[in-house]
Amino acid sequence: MGYVLNFNLIWRHFDKLWGGLLLSLELAVISIAIGIVIGLVLAVWYVSAGRAVRGVIAAYVEFIRNVPLILLVYLVFYGLPTVVDIAYSAQTSFVATLALYSGAYLVEVFRSGLEAVPRGQLDAGKAIGLTPWQRLLHVRLPTMLRITLPALSNTFISLFKDTSVASVISVPELTYGAQWINFNTFRIVEVYLVVTAMYLMTGYILLFALRLVERRFRAAR
Amino acid sequence: MLIQIAYALPFLAQGFALTLWVSLLVVVLSLIAGIILGVGLVYGPAPLRWAVRIFSDTIRGIPILVLIFFVYYGLPAVGLHLPSFWAAVLALTLFKTAQVVEYLRGAVGSIPKGQSEAAMAIGLTFRQRLVYVIFPQAFRRFLPPWINGVTDAVKGSALVSLLGITDLMQAINQVIGRTYEAMPLYILGALIYFAVNYALSLASRRLERRFSFIRD
Repeated sequence: MGYVLNFNLIWRHFDKLWGGLLLSLELAVISIAIGIVIGLVLAVWYVSAGRAVRGVIAAYVEFIRNVPLILLVYLVFYGLPTVVDIAYSAQTSFVATLALYSGAYLVEVFRSGLEAVPRGQLDAGKAIGLTPWQRLLHVRLPTMLRITLPALSNTFISLFKDTSVASVISVPELTYGAQWINFNTFRIVEVYLVVTAMYLMTGYILLFALRLVERRFRAAR
Repeated sequence: MLIQIAYALPFLAQGFALTLWVSLLVVVLSLIAGIILGVGLVYGPAPLRWAVRIFSDTIRGIPILVLIFFVYYGLPAVGLHLPSFWAAVLALTLFKTAQVVEYLRGAVGSIPKGQSEAAMAIGLTFRQRLVYVIFPQAFRRFLPPWINGVTDAVKGSALVSLLGITDLMQAINQVIGRTYEAMPLYILGALIYFAVNYALSLASRRLERRFSFIRD
């Protein structure tokens, strides 16, 4: 024992942590934005598609959900450029991975949301003469989004935590900043205490903010 | 290329065995710890309830990677020297324990209060109420999410590769370092993880369907 806490070196390098936190949030926001598009398109396609398309979408979802995120990150960053002739930064690579990752979870969320839209609403839409496209855009999707909002916020918060995996390909987000301070100052306990507090506080602030949004848009009962 | 990969298969198999061993240890240890803490959370006195709540919310609020680094680098700093294997198992177990606590709380919470009261009325002790009345009913709600959560343990175990432990993930990276066959090996690795986890999620879904007759 006899470990004396000394936070001075942490505060001196705090810009690494603060910048890292902002980058973590940025990665999570961009990834979920793309993930929502992937999830929406595939979910809408899934509920109206034939067996073959359903099989392909289900295969994508099951594959992503059952493989460790770190392996997907390596696969896209180190593996893919060896077979396809494209170059991208670690950050782009991670956003692409996390977007595909969140997309797979969101397909499931949106699919069950679409199924939860009351049948009567669609019939009512039909009765007032809306085209199928209008029914989707003005009846089905808005109701579905309200139903799925809580699941969306949970996905976002867990994606925010998943951004820590970006540190394995040296994207300078919060966990990477923590490791940098760990290896360069050896104030190990201090840096992880501070980073734990930062992840927790950000997570709770996000949760609180998203709950407010949910209350504003709560599905009518 | 195929020959190089075939040559590496025994090495990958060793890594896979380690992945399974880590996952098994984590699943068993977290089940024991999680049930004890979970019972503490539901039935314990206020200070214990608060302690478990803070433990669970803190652990679930941070990335598992941060927890792994905290335990791995932090314990030696305060004078506790664990081999890296056990540091990794400890970190993953802490993480999983918090999940088990929540599964248990949810499962026990779904049992109508009348069951407990009836058991009390016929004079069962606290332990008898748990063993004969609450747990047998809560079990059916606990099992499907728990088995599904086992896939998280298998997936989470891939992070121990960052501590230099030669699990499946690390074995794959090492073979790639020798052969430069990145894509085939990552895909092979993904398929192995997929096979294990998909089997587990199918089992979980099947159980859920089997228990779906239960209505409150």
